[in-house]
Amino acid sequence: MDQHLLSIILLTPLAGLAVLLFIPGAHKDLIRLWANLVGLAGFLISLPLVSRFQAGKPGYQFEERAEWIPTLGANYHIGIDGISLLLIMLTTLMGCVAILCSWNAIQDRVKEYYAMFLLLQTGMIGVFLSLDFFLFYVFWELVLVPMYFIIGVWGGPRKLYAAIKFFLYTLAGSVLMLLGILTLYFAHFKQFGSYTFEISELMKLNLPLGTQQWVFWAFFIGFAIKVPMFPFHTWLPDAHVEAPTAGSVILAAVLLKMGTYGFLRFSLTLLPKASMDQTIVQILAILSIVGIIYGALVSLMQADWKKLIAYSSVSHLGFCTLGIFSMNPNGIAGSVLQQVNHGISTGMLFLVIGIIYERRHTREIKEYGGLAHVMPKFAIIFAIAMLSSAGLPLLNGFVGEFTIMQGAFEANPIWAAFAVTGVILGAAYLLWLYQRTMLGQVTNGKNLTIPDMTAREVALFVPLIAWSIWIGIYPKPYFDILRQPVAEIVERVRPGYFGGAVQNAAIPVAPRTGGGQ
Amino acid sequence: MIDMSQFYTTADHFSIIPAVMLALFACAILLFDFLVFPDPRQRKFLLIFVVLAELFTGFGLYRQSVWLAANSVPELSGFGGTITVDGFAIFFNWIFLVAAIIVAVASYKYLEVAGEHHGEYYALMLFAQCGMYFLATGTDLITLFIGLELMALCFYVMVGFLRSDRRSNEAALKYLILGAFSSGFLVYGFSVMYGMAGSTKLSYIASAIQQRPPWDPMVFLALTTTSVGLLFKISAVPFHMWAPDAYEGAPTTVTAYLSVGSTAASMAFLLRIFLGPLASARDVWEPLLSVIAVLTLTVGNLAAINQTNIKRLLAYSSISHAGYMLLGLIAGNDTGINGIAVYVMVYTFMNLGALLVVVAMRRANIIGEDLDDLAGLVHKNPWYAFLMLIFLLSLAGIPPTAGFLGKYYIFLSLIQTKHFALAVIATLYVAVAIYYYFKIVRSMFNREADAQAPALAGSFGLRFALGLSGVATLGIGLYPEPFLRFAQTSLFR
Repeated sequence: MDQHLLSIILLTPLAGLAVLLFIPGAHKDLIRLWANLVGLAGFLISLPLVSRFQAGKPGYQFEERAEWIPTLGANYHIGIDGISLLLIMLTTLMGCVAILCSWNAIQDRVKEYYAMFLLLQTGMIGVFLSLDFFLFYVFWELVLVPMYFIIGVWGGPRKLYAAIKFFLYTLAGSVLMLLGILTLYFAHFKQFGSYTFEISELMKLNLPLGTQQWVFWAFFIGFAIKVPMFPFHTWLPDAHVEAPTAGSVILAAVLLKMGTYGFLRFSLTLLPKASMDQTIVQILAILSIVGIIYGALVSLMQADWKKLIAYSSVSHLGFCTLGIFSMNPNGIAGSVLQQVNHGISTGMLFLVIGIIYERRHTREIKEYGGLAHVMPKFAIIFAIAMLSSAGLPLLNGFVGEFTIMQGAFEANPIWAAFAVTGVILGAAYLLWLYQRTMLGQVTNGKNLTIPDMTAREVALFVPLIAWSIWIGIYPKPYFDILRQPVAEIVERVRPGYFGGAVQNAAIPVAPRTGGGQ
Repeated sequence: MIDMSQFYTTADHFSIIPAVMLALFACAILLFDFLVFPDPRQRKFLLIFVVLAELFTGFGLYRQSVWLAANSVPELSGFGGTITVDGFAIFFNWIFLVAAIIVAVASYKYLEVAGEHHGEYYALMLFAQCGMYFLATGTDLITLFIGLELMALCFYVMVGFLRSDRRSNEAALKYLILGAFSSGFLVYGFSVMYGMAGSTKLSYIASAIQQRPPWDPMVFLALTTTSVGLLFKISAVPFHMWAPDAYEGAPTTVTAYLSVGSTAASMAFLLRIFLGPLASARDVWEPLLSVIAVLTLTVGNLAAINQTNIKRLLAYSSISHAGYMLLGLIAGNDTGINGIAVYVMVYTFMNLGALLVVVAMRRANIIGEDLDDLAGLVHKNPWYAFLMLIFLLSLAGIPPTAGFLGKYYIFLSLIQTKHFALAVIATLYVAVAIYYYFKIVRSMFNREADAQAPALAGSFGLRFALGLSGVATLGIGLYPEPFLRFAQTSLFR
């Protein structure tokens, strides 16, 4: 089973989708039940990856390869390393949670909804598994279509605008990325005489800096729009605000990570010279920092609960890209961990919003206040989600941000100095949001009768909270998993960084003294 | 007594056997329609003749390719070199064949609803295909011109097939006048070529042009006038004016056949001329065509945005697809030419599919061509809606649909030949295209259906044609290997 484990994980949602199509649309509960079973199965079946994954083993694991289009040199080649392992686990878990949270929220066209979701799930997993650039591109684009429908059909009032904006932005970026891919593909043919999309083969390319820079910018546009980095972020608030809860959760938790993952897997490893080019690194670090601060400042100003969290994503993803472009083990490992953290905590925050929106049908912050008196369970869970996002020690966000800061400081202390203001602002807008909605007296009469969370809703948060506490208290296993792939990337970008010695990624166990709270 | 065998040898016969079959069956249809099927309701049985014709044609093509492979020669020539059957010709003829079958089986219900179901329709389709055969195989100016006119005349009639519909009449007249005008230009160019070479054979003309400097005024004159005629046929800007009107006015099944068959045949014709006689003048036509390709992409994509009539929208999208195909010619290397072949192949299925969904919308009292007519289609006929989604995604070039492969080759060929600016422009128009294709998707998926509208009157033939197009569009996208190999056989020289 080990040889085909990844294929099974990839195809589980698709198989579930095939069965789902045969369930008549009128049996809504049966469809929901089936989709949830598939989501759960998708998560359970990915668990063996964790136990069988050998941390520290170089290269890819669980590799599978089959010929697909020999004429083009494209293969079905999948495999994972530590980075993709974490992101796949995030994907399967969040997929499961997102499907569960849609039980009551989606009443209309249930069958199509779950069909789109399962298709989306396959696309996302495929993106993180692919070791062939062509295959990667196919999955990358495949994700767009179901997400368009999830936003465009089941979204809010401006759903059509948001959906097409999401589609057009990401598509424009990804077709330019395709040109970059084709440039590498052709360059490989010129140097080695064969056409291939294999990433390991494309890594052997020896390209002049100029070409690498062009390809880097082509990739950059594709990935930066997806992340999204400032100034390509404008589609994100629209998409988040209009998407249904599950759509927002998946969008924030997984889809955005496709961009950062792209930077790590493709930009850095395939274009090491351009990635170390000082101009490029400076520009990207500055864009990241601008994103961090801008996202946080805009979040402070928001009157809409969901928009606030959407802009906070811009800020948090800024940390992730800053970590990547620090180009050192701490920065990159922290960035990957922070991607997972952001998935968990922002996922939770969107779930929180979904729950309150189902009850009150408004997201205006000023409509709320004092909810802690009415919904104590809700208040506790929201507090944990909020603190995890704000980076409170002992919760996951802190570990990621701290490691990124270490990396950024190592690269350039000024970056770290600017970025740290984002942490402070982050705590500010989140705590202020909590204060305005949860604390004080109930000022709006409509809020007096809101029912507290149901068991199903609490169940959504249990795995996420558990995971966030685990990362917060004992992140060592994660850094163990990440050490080897991160070292490979760093070695690739900065040959001789480790001076031949075995690398020992710093594990932040010391409590932070200054900072965000 | 003249010995006929020296004028019509076995090789000659072998080189045109598919066209002979098409012509014979077309005549048979005319005859049987008149004698055997006076009742209009029985006319769908004429389809048997179409299917038989295509079977025989296909068999002829198959035998030709077997012969080429068995003798391991690149081409088979007949009639003293005026007909050349090579991989290129066979490939394109398969495309015409598939297009003709798909359109023919999808047509009868539509024509019945429109009240214009006549046997001539099928005969005209086959005659047009016969013309296409000579466009793909012809290597002589006269043969090519006759092929072109045979095809075009059939299309003029078919575009105006809805005799009682003013739009159809107007479209036919417009197409006819502009088409005749462009043919005039083409023939003028041909005459200049003949003047230079003293022969109508493409190979003689090629060597005559090669001996002249590329910027020779005669060559330039021949090039520009011939190009006007050729570019008109593939509806490249600025010779595209006829396309939206003809597409809109024609019966939708004819629109489908016109957009795929005529474009594919004209593309084959254009490649024969540009890569044959005009190959040595590449330095002159490459910048010209680059400008035209960019214009074509721009006008096609931007004009499509505001259309509310689906046929007009698809007409403008066809214009933009012609622009993409031209880019392959501009790149001009093997990847580019192969890319055009792949593009034509996938375009056949996806564009036919999209237009056949519009065909399915036609029912009594409802023309079914407006975006509004597709509203809420997913509620009433989810299969049609999802098939249309696949066709539209493919037209836009989103993987894993077939359309992506066409664009993939075009982009790759542009990168290989270092046309980076063209590549960037071409890719960005993909994003523009998705916007207007998704206007249709939005109408199908986001709007409520009109409860009063009568149910769709699908027919078995139409469902079969749609299913085939859908399976091909998705199948080529998911497992393209055999299709790509097939397209590679089209490379000539």
